[in-house]
Amino acid sequence: MIVADKKPMEEIIQEVKDHSKILILGCNECVTVCEAGGKKEVGVLASALRMYFMNQGKTATIDEITLERQCDHEYLEEVRDRIDLYDAVVSLACGVGVQFMAEKYQATPVYPGVNTCFLGATEKRGLWTERCQACGQCILAFTGGICPISRCAKRIMNGPCGGSTKGKCEISKEIDCAWQLIVDRLKALNRLEDYEKIFSIKDWSTDRAGGPRKVQREDVQE
Amino acid sequence: MNVKTPSKLEKMLAAGHLAVTSECGPPRGSDPEVIIEKTNLIKNHVDAINITDNQTSVTRLCSLAACIRLKLLGLEPVLQMVTRDRNRIAIQSDILGAASFDIHNILCLSGDHQSFGDCAKGQNVHDLDSMQLIQTVRHMRDEGKFLGGEEIKRPPRMFVGAAANPFADPFEIRVPRLAKKIAAGAEFIQTQCIYNLDKFEKWMKLARDRGLHEKVFILAGVTPLKSAGMAKYMKNRVPGMDVPDEIVNRMAGTPKDKQADEGIKICIESIQRLKEIEGVRGFHVMAIEWEEKVPEIVEKAGLFPRPEV
Repeated sequence: MIVADKKPMEEIIQEVKDHSKILILGCNECVTVCEAGGKKEVGVLASALRMYFMNQGKTATIDEITLERQCDHEYLEEVRDRIDLYDAVVSLACGVGVQFMAEKYQATPVYPGVNTCFLGATEKRGLWTERCQACGQCILAFTGGICPISRCAKRIMNGPCGGSTKGKCEISKEIDCAWQLIVDRLKALNRLEDYEKIFSIKDWSTDRAGGPRKVQREDVQE
Repeated sequence: MNVKTPSKLEKMLAAGHLAVTSECGPPRGSDPEVIIEKTNLIKNHVDAINITDNQTSVTRLCSLAACIRLKLLGLEPVLQMVTRDRNRIAIQSDILGAASFDIHNILCLSGDHQSFGDCAKGQNVHDLDSMQLIQTVRHMRDEGKFLGGEEIKRPPRMFVGAAANPFADPFEIRVPRLAKKIAAGAEFIQTQCIYNLDKFEKWMKLARDRGLHEKVFILAGVTPLKSAGMAKYMKNRVPGMDVPDEIVNRMAGTPKDKQADEGIKICIESIQRLKEIEGVRGFHVMAIEWEEKVPEIVEKAGLFPRPEV
């Protein structure tokens, strides 16, 4: 899923302090799972903003809506008939949702309420970690199912570097060395001899480097 | 052994001499005198001088410019190049720039993570990794072509080196990793600083078991310890460094004003022991901000005068 983290309250206040009719728009997908932008967080943020405006002696309307998704036309249409009631929207969706909202409702300012962080997994409640950088050309078949692009601080294709110590990365004892994990996994799969295959220079054109990306499939187009 | 490049370092090794290299870190400023002074301290005692490339990710005068400065002084530089700061365009371009000044040695590295340096909030590039950088230089030299396939007019003629850290983890792939670097095209290896000689001997034995010592020139890395504090710092704070307690205790047990001398003594003893290991073809003496001690180490280790090639 897309993992996001809450933005500091002060930053959100800076975004909306001059508005008076604000819609807090949550998303029922990834950001709900990572507890940054679902219905619950919408409620918490709305209450905090109401408190802020009250303390400032200002009158403000803060409404709460949580959509099924903000990355889908269908669901974003659900607010069309009431979008004009607001002079600002704080979207708690990932950056995709914020932008889709902005594209759809040209005349309404949309502010991000979360920081979109990475593609990751829930290790346990309150701990999410990165697993994928969406490079557009998956190499997991060659690396024992562990991604050095997202999990090595230097995205080294032929690791580990000389900084790997006791299974940890040179940048932090909290971070596993991806290449230690790869070696362990290749060993478990009885494929350690694969370690010596040199991974040749990667084609990064399917990555961010190649410019904004698009997946277009005629087989599923209507 | 036939030489493939005009590199003096390659000639020295191919002639069967124990090579001696050292390294200088460029200054954090644009004064060329700093490099000239540092290299003057060591130039008669070494065969080639590595110039580090923004080591520990601290921004410095660039390795290439410092190498050119050495070249203009008639010295033999080893251009260190990290993949952290350059994409494949910049890498190939810098290689050609170096080749245009007849810089004949390159050491291919990935580089420390930028979080260690003065630009911790910066991006890193790693378009290639160190293994692929080795392949790139060999491709440019041997095929005379760019990565894009076009022909290079006057290709680089560089003796290609790589680093090896026998002490990083996991140990079981340390020798396979060396084999991989050799397969990628590495012709000489400069190792991480060696303090744990037992472990290094074990690594060399495993390398010899696979005949790797005959496929690559291995220069054993040594760094004299200046103080007990430095020994502890290296042991505890430098990633991938293995300083046994015995060394730390020996330094700590020496009176403060004698610790520097003790550090030099340990370094010389290490070289003497490393000389006995089959497959060690030279030494890379990294006297960090202590270049003036290199001549003493080289002389007392019996590596002076340097042979002519």
